[in-house]
Amino acid sequence: MSFLMEVNNKQIEARKGETILDALNRNGLKVPTLCHLKGSLPTGSCRMCVVENLKTTKLITACSTPVEPGMVLLTHSPRVIDSRKTIVELLLSNHPDDCLFCVRNKNCELQDLSEELHVRERRIKGVKNVHHLDRSSASIVRDPDKCILCGRCVRVCDEVMGVSCIDFINRGSQSVIGVAFNKSINTSSCVNCGQCIMVCPTGALSEKSHFPELIAMLNNPEKTVVVQYAPSISVSLAEEFNMAPGTDINGIMNAALRKIGFKHVFDTTFTADLTIMEEAAELVQRITTGGTLPMFTSCCPGWVKFAEEFYSELIHHLSSCKSPQQMMGAVIKSYWAEKTKTKPENIYSVSVMPCTAKKFEAQREEMTTMGITEVDAVLTTRELGQLIHMYGIDLQNIAAETADSPLGFRSSAGKLFGATGGVMEAAIRTAYHMITGNELIQFKIEALRGFDGCKEAQLTINDLTISVAVVNGLANARKLVESIKKGEKQYHFIEIMACPGGCINGGGQHIGASESAVKARMKTLYDIDDKETIKASHKNPEIQQIYKEFLGEPLGHKSHELLHTHYCKRNVLL
Amino acid sequence: METKIQGILDRYPAEKTENLIPILQDIQDHDGFLSQESVIEVSKYLKMPSSRIFGVATFYNQFRFTPLGKYHIQVCRGTACHVLGSVTVLDEVEKNIGVKAGQTSRDGMFSLEVVACIGACGLAPVIAINGNFHAKVTCESIKEILDNYRNQE
Repeated sequence: MSFLMEVNNKQIEARKGETILDALNRNGLKVPTLCHLKGSLPTGSCRMCVVENLKTTKLITACSTPVEPGMVLLTHSPRVIDSRKTIVELLLSNHPDDCLFCVRNKNCELQDLSEELHVRERRIKGVKNVHHLDRSSASIVRDPDKCILCGRCVRVCDEVMGVSCIDFINRGSQSVIGVAFNKSINTSSCVNCGQCIMVCPTGALSEKSHFPELIAMLNNPEKTVVVQYAPSISVSLAEEFNMAPGTDINGIMNAALRKIGFKHVFDTTFTADLTIMEEAAELVQRITTGGTLPMFTSCCPGWVKFAEEFYSELIHHLSSCKSPQQMMGAVIKSYWAEKTKTKPENIYSVSVMPCTAKKFEAQREEMTTMGITEVDAVLTTRELGQLIHMYGIDLQNIAAETADSPLGFRSSAGKLFGATGGVMEAAIRTAYHMITGNELIQFKIEALRGFDGCKEAQLTINDLTISVAVVNGLANARKLVESIKKGEKQYHFIEIMACPGGCINGGGQHIGASESAVKARMKTLYDIDDKETIKASHKNPEIQQIYKEFLGEPLGHKSHELLHTHYCKRNVLL
Repeated sequence: METKIQGILDRYPAEKTENLIPILQDIQDHDGFLSQESVIEVSKYLKMPSSRIFGVATFYNQFRFTPLGKYHIQVCRGTACHVLGSVTVLDEVEKNIGVKAGQTSRDGMFSLEVVACIGACGLAPVIAINGNFHAKVTCESIKEILDNYRNQE
């Protein structure tokens, strides 16, 4: 049911049950928000979105007040603007004001609001709270001095990820967001997904940077610095350069990486294909020999850590396959090193990932062979953007190049890894081939595509009926795992990605991307799959070559040594 | 293994988070403070993240996170005491025992708490040690009072 209400002396259409904020936004009116988090219940705590209700003469929060017929509102009256400005001035009175040194300079909601509301003097001065910078995590840096207590990180960690490792501590002017007992974040159940960074309006949360070491290595003549990039990077990097969301700039990115000084450019999608070879073989083996089922994917380091902390009894359900990043790291320092006669210890292996948890994964002790780390530094999509800016590379005016071979050719199945459901689709294509010896006729499994939190499908392969599920967002994973534990649901194979939508919406991606931008990234991945001819990992000629020359067969001795791993229960603060 | 606070938890249904504050109060009555171990036990029992329990507990002044000292000092910071200089009193006590409000001295002798109003405005500025009131304290008398407790050892 819809009705009219008066806003700024004009009639607008409002729908029963929606908030004033939703009605305003739908009618092209913007009011600033800070604590508002789309998809989450409003808290109305920051008061930035206040509008003036002329009937009651009160300032009310647009984000948490439902519309009513006959409402008369002003969204930008002098009183409203004055109130919003005071809030920003109060926030600034307890803010470090070191914008020029801040990781979020020019991409900060507090900075934007200060600009929009024309804050031009330091009107309110007070004692600033001083907190410890928390650099304990391998992935995430917390600077509570820059925190404005909007609580978005707390809510995303709880509601979307089901982790709840941070919450508000203390009260009033002493309030701070942190881990239980004020401990460092590395002792908490934080899975390093980085979704808190994605929703942070300021620089209070950011990824841990490896820039100084990386730049030193790029300038070290003794080191061969190589790079790999994840399937979703080519469709999301464009947004760091104000290009249209979903633009695939794979070739330009290859060229840019070479210009920065990376000697060899590899595509992690190649090892996504390799992961599928191993994981599909593992699935077929588990199904045909009565192994542990359901099998969970293990590509997502956020999910892996989540399982190790909250569901350690299910660890043996996780595929033993390493993630594509670590498989690439392992084959670069073995297969490729042998082939090119490069000493593994002289290779500095960098990866570009849509993910902050990959930084944690790279430094796990299981990901080290004979004292040599498989991946030495992990950059997020954002950091690659910064690096390209730093090296003065103009993406608009360079020609596309291809990735290096071997380890650079991919199927479109591997590319699908970037979106939720992609690993599942790719695995089914290859598992089908492994069981039947034939190729699937209908590659696309529509039921497993899109942004739904939990998707299911049943597949018939010969006389086998296989039921699969695809989950994104760890809160959804928790629900599914609980229902499996209770025996309410049964599956053979389950793909879990920590971030909503999968890696295209990972914690290392462009900050401030809209929902439609993330959809555009997903569409581009599906378009690539539609367009290209090699649609299955086992059809990738370089995959066939690496098995012939080096690995032998999936699940073989060499594969086990290099491409598989194990997990362990983690004792963290739950 | 039977945990120390199991007896308290058994009085409340599992996974019912609305009982959080009574549970924490019972634990504090029993132990004198909320230890990390007990918060983690409560977290498991109620299936509630320890971060949230810590958040709730730190919201309220009544909860402590360090054990009480042998002598628990309460410094009144109510209006009457404030007018008569309780800031200086608090400062003097902190300096004397070497800890801040909410903390316990390393030897376990003294713990310090700030209270809003102790209800003895006629005696301002007032402090209470293990429930015994000391009226109209001054910097000099504080030294004497605390030394008396020390000398009882």
